[in-house]
This record gives sequence, structure tokens and C-alpha cells, in this order.
Amino acid sequence: MIDLSHAAAPALAAFLASTVEFVEAATVVLAVGGVRGWRDTLAGAAAAVGLLALLTAVLGPALTLVPLRVLQVAVGVLLLLFGLRWLRKAILRAAGVLALHDENAAYAKERDEMLKLGGRGAGFDGIAFGAAFHICMIEGTEVVFIVIAVSAGGAGLLLPASLGAAVALVMVTALGFVLHRPMARVPENTLKFIVGVILSSFGAFWLGEGIGVAWPAQDLSIPAMIVGFGLISLATVPICRARGVKAAAVRA
Amino acid sequence: MTGWIVDIAEEIWGLFFDDLGLAIAALVWVALVWLGARWLGPAAGPALFAGLALILVTSALRRAGQR
Repeated sequence: MIDLSHAAAPALAAFLASTVEFVEAATVVLAVGGVRGWRDTLAGAAAAVGLLALLTAVLGPALTLVPLRVLQVAVGVLLLLFGLRWLRKAILRAAGVLALHDENAAYAKERDEMLKLGGRGAGFDGIAFGAAFHICMIEGTEVVFIVIAVSAGGAGLLLPASLGAAVALVMVTALGFVLHRPMARVPENTLKFIVGVILSSFGAFWLGEGIGVAWPAQDLSIPAMIVGFGLISLATVPICRARGVKAAAVRA
Repeated sequence: MTGWIVDIAEEIWGLFFDDLGLAIAALVWVALVWLGARWLGPAAGPALFAGLALILVTSALRRAGQR
């Protein structure tokens, strides 16, 4: 039986990361559905979600067959690279070096593309189905990876991580139905920053465990690293901002 | 069919290797800590964390300087 303190971090990481991915998918689904109709768009999204749920159900338990050390190293490497990448991008976006992701612009672009493709007949709309299936598979695959990766550190973590992603899916879907426009006010970069910190910390810990590193405070090293990565990243933002401004001035 | 499979494969590759320099530096540091874990003893964990944090900061600062 897994206790709440061990289940909370994977569930939270899966929820936050999945929210970011589902918001991006919802933007495209809303644009496609608004132009080409909802029936086949929602069918495409539902087909992708069903396929991804099946993948998680098959791959998740299959990981228990892999020796723990091998799993810790493999998942640790993937989590670390994924977390550091998100964290680096979030730092650079917070510093103004990279542009923030704009859901309204993504929505307008997708809508324009759908309008260019012209009208639809009364029958099955393959374009609407395909576009919704495609984006939901792409963003959903990332969610599946995150759910499996954050739950690979211990037995019984797949359920809380899956629940975190499922809550994010229900929340974003409900908001999409209510708002009928992109969720541009979701603080995507802040979410990416937090998830990057959590995943980098989990990745470093499991990787360390896998290669035989002794952590000074065992499991408590994870929250310590979360604080460490968080503070260091926050401190890096103004330095990057100043460096970016200086570099831009030199080029001007 | 193959189009979206390629898209998904590219997306998954991009999840980890968006910045190849950051990924390689992190993996090299992990390998070094692994090789020196016996010599580092209880300092291996903190050394792993400190190196990764330094690599992250250096990578972000380098990219900011290229703006």
C-alpha cells in the first residue's frame, strides 16, 4: 500500500505537466471543431485518448518486469533530460529571452489552416477527425511518458500519477466546453517551471539510486533538490534577462 | 498514418534532446559521478545535484548571451 506522502509528488507532477499538454491539444481541438464541426473532431480526440489509455494500461504494469536498478537508470535519465529541458526553457521564457507560448496565436493559426481546407460534406469528415486525433496523440504521448516515468520509482505509483493526468484531462476538457476558446490565461510557463523542477529532482534522485550514489537523507533528498533546483533557477532568471539585454544591445 | 508516427517520434526525441549540448553535458556529468562514486562516498549525491544545477545554469546563460 502506497502512502500519501509518496503518492502526492508523482500525482502533482503528472497533473501539472498534463495540464500544459492538454491545454495545447485543446487549443487545436477547439479551432478544428469551431470551423469543421464537433462530431468528427471530438471523435478523433476521443479515439486518441482511448488509444493512449490502452498504451498506459499495457506499458505501465509491464515496467514491473524490468529490474529496479535498470528501470531507475533508464527512467532517471529520461526524467532528468526532460525536466532540465523544460526548466531551461521556462527560465529563458521568464527572462524574456524566448517568447512565451501564445495559445491565442496557435488557435488563430490552426483556424486559418482549417478555413483554407474548404467546406465539408454531410458525411464523415476525415480532416476534422485526423487533425484532432493527430494533436491529441502527440500531446497525449508526452502525457503517457510523464505518467509512466514519474510512477516508475515505486510500486503503486502508477495509479496516483494516472489520476493526476485524468484530473487534468477532465479539468481542461470541462474548461474547453465552457469557454469555447483557447485557455490563454493558464500560466503555462509557471507550470513548466514547477514541473521542470520536480522532474529534474526525481530524475537526479532515481538516476543516483540506479548508479549506486548514496543520498545523505535518502528520500528527503528529493524535496531538498526541489528547493535547490527551484531557488537556483529563480536566481538565474534575472541574470539571463540582463545577459539577454546586453547581448541584444551589442547586436543593435 | 506514417506522417503522424514520424511527428510523434520527432516530438518524443525533442522531449529529451531539444538542446543537445545540455543533454550531453548532463549525461557526461552523471557518468563521471558514477565512475567516482566510490571515491566521493557520501558526497556523491550532492556532487551529482551541484553539477547538474551548474550545467543547467551555464546552458541557460549561454543561450541568453546568444540572443
